[in-house]
Amino acid sequence: MDALLHQVFSGLATGGIYASVALALVMIYNATNHINFAQGEMAMFATYVAWSLIEGGLPYWAAFSVTVGLAFLGGVVLERVVIRPVENAPGLSAVIVSIGILVIFNSLAGWWFSYTTRSFPSPFPDSRPFGSSLLSYHELGSMGVTLAMLVAIYSFFRFTSLGLAMRAAAQNPVSSRLVGIRVGWMLALGWGLAAAIGAVAGMMVAPIVFLDPNMMGGILVYAFAAALLGGINNPWGAVVGGFIIGVLENLAGAYVVGTELKLTVALVAIIGTLVVKPDGLLGKTVVSRV
Amino acid sequence: MKTTTWKRLGLVLLIASACLLPLAVEQYRTFQFTLVLIYAIAVFGLNMLIGYNGQISLGHGAFYAIGAYTAAILMEHGAWPYWATLPAAAVVCLISGFLFGRPALRLGTIHLALATFALALATPQLLKYRGMSRWTGSSQGIVLDKPEAPFGLPIDADQWLYYFVLAVTLVMFLLGWNLLRGRFGRAMIAIRDHPTAAAAMGINTAYLKSMTFGISALYTGVAGALGAIVVQFVAPDSFNLFFSISLLVGVAVGGLATIAGAFYGAVFIVFVPNMADQISKAAPWAIYGVFLIGFMYAMPTGVAGLIRLAGNWLWRRMGRKSAGER
Repeated sequence: MDALLHQVFSGLATGGIYASVALALVMIYNATNHINFAQGEMAMFATYVAWSLIEGGLPYWAAFSVTVGLAFLGGVVLERVVIRPVENAPGLSAVIVSIGILVIFNSLAGWWFSYTTRSFPSPFPDSRPFGSSLLSYHELGSMGVTLAMLVAIYSFFRFTSLGLAMRAAAQNPVSSRLVGIRVGWMLALGWGLAAAIGAVAGMMVAPIVFLDPNMMGGILVYAFAAALLGGINNPWGAVVGGFIIGVLENLAGAYVVGTELKLTVALVAIIGTLVVKPDGLLGKTVVSRV
Repeated sequence: MKTTTWKRLGLVLLIASACLLPLAVEQYRTFQFTLVLIYAIAVFGLNMLIGYNGQISLGHGAFYAIGAYTAAILMEHGAWPYWATLPAAAVVCLISGFLFGRPALRLGTIHLALATFALALATPQLLKYRGMSRWTGSSQGIVLDKPEAPFGLPIDADQWLYYFVLAVTLVMFLLGWNLLRGRFGRAMIAIRDHPTAAAAMGINTAYLKSMTFGISALYTGVAGALGAIVVQFVAPDSFNLFFSISLLVGVAVGGLATIAGAFYGAVFIVFVPNMADQISKAAPWAIYGVFLIGFMYAMPTGVAGLIRLAGNWLWRRMGRKSAGER
C-alpha cells in the first residue's frame, strides 16, 4: 500500500510538470490553432541558461528569476521573428516550422553546452519531509511551484485587463482589433508566457531527469497526451490531464509495462483519446461550417 | 523538339549515368549513392502523404524501422534471401501504416502530427522491448551478412548492392508515378485541395487517406528493408525522432508534391551531414533546422521548384531567341 501511495504521489509531482507544459501548449493552441512542437526544446534551452547562471555564481532563486525573464523575452522575439510569417499559413507549414525550431534549439544546446548529461541543482533540501517515505522535498517543492504558477496565470487572465485583452485576441481577433487591442502583440505575449511556463517546468524537472539536450522529448510527449486527454482547447483540461497522465505513467511504469516502455504509455494514451473521445475530457467540440 | 521529348531524353541520360556511376567513383562513394537512392524512396513515400495528400507524419522513421526489422528478422531467423524480404516488408508496412492511419485520419493535421510525433519518440523503446528480444536482439540489434554479386558478375558487393537498389528504385518510382497521375493520385490531390468538394464528388476520403498513409508507409518500409540489407545492421537507437525529422527535411528541401524532389532531398540528407560534421557534431542539425524553416518561407516547392523555375526561364529565353532569328 505504501509503495502504491508512493507511486501515486511521485506521479502527481511529475504530473504537475506535464500539466504546466500542457498548459503552455494549450495557451498557444487557443491563440493560434497551432501546436508548438518546439515547446520542450525551448524549455530545455532555458534550463541550460539557468544552469550556466548558477555555474557562474548566481544564487538559485536569482538565476531562476533571470531565466524566467529571459525565456519570456525569447518567446516574444521568437514569435515576432519566426512564427509571424506563418501565422496564417496552413497547419502543415506551421508544424514544419516549429519542428525546425525544435531541431535548431536542440543542436544549439548540444553545440554550446555539449551532449554530456549534467546534474541540475534543486533548491529544496535533499531529504524527506516529516520523516515520510511518500514524497521528497523536491517533489513537494516542485508541486508547490507548479501550483503557485498555475494560480498566478489564472489570476493574470482572470483579473488583469491585459489578461482580458489576450483572451479576447485569442477568441475573436477581428473584433478585438476593432476595439483597439493589438492582436499581434497579444500573440507574442502569449508565446512569451508559454516560454516562461516551459522554463519553470524545465528547471523543476531537470533535477529528476538530469540535464541534457534531449531531456524534454519524453516530457513533451506526456504533455501532448495530457493536453489531448484534457481537451486541447481547455486550459483546465490540460492541468487535470497532466496530473492524470503523471499518475498513470508512474503506475503503469511500476506495475504494468516496466520503465522500458514508459513512452509507449503516452503513445497509447494519445491514440486511445483520439479513438474514444477526440475532444478530450473537458474539451469543447469544435464544429466548423463548410 | 518538344519539351516532353527533351525531358525523356534527359531522363534516359540520367538513368544511363546512374548506371555508370559506381564504375567511376570509389567504393565508399558507391555506398553513399546507394544510401541516396534508398532515402529517395523513403522521401518519395513521405512526400506522397505530405505533398500530394496534404497530411503530415512526423513518425515515418517508425515505418522505415518496421521495414528494416522485417527484412533483418526474415534474413536472420527465417534464412530468407535478401531480395525476397522486400515484398514482405512492403506488405507489413502497408498494413501497419493503414491501421495506424485509420483512427488518426478522421481528425485534423494537428492530431495526426501529435500521434506520429509520439510514435517517432516511442519507436526506439518499442524496438528494445525485452519480450521480443529473441527476434529483435533488443538494444544490440541484428547484424547481417553482406550479399555478394550473383551469377559470377565481375563487380564487388558494394557495386552489386548499388545496382540492386537502383533497379528497385526505378520500379518503385515508375509505380509511384503511375499511381499519382491515375485515378488514385487525382483523388489524393483533390482531398488535399478541398476535402469537402472531394467528398461531394464521391471520393471516400477516410478510406483514401488511410490508404495513402498505408502506401506511403509501404514506400518508406521498402526503403527501410533496403537500408537493412545495404548497411547490414539494424539497431533501435538509429530510428529515433531525429531520423523521422530528417525524412521530413528531405521532403521540404526536395519540394512538396514533386517526384524528382525526392532525389534532391535524399542527396541533401546524405551529403550535408557529411560535410557539416567537420564543423561540429551539432552542426548538421542546425543546418537542417535553418533549411527546414527557410524552405517553408521562401520556396515551398523546394529545390525541384527552383530547378523548374530556372528551366522555364531558360526555355523562354531560348524560345525568344529562336523566334527572333526567324
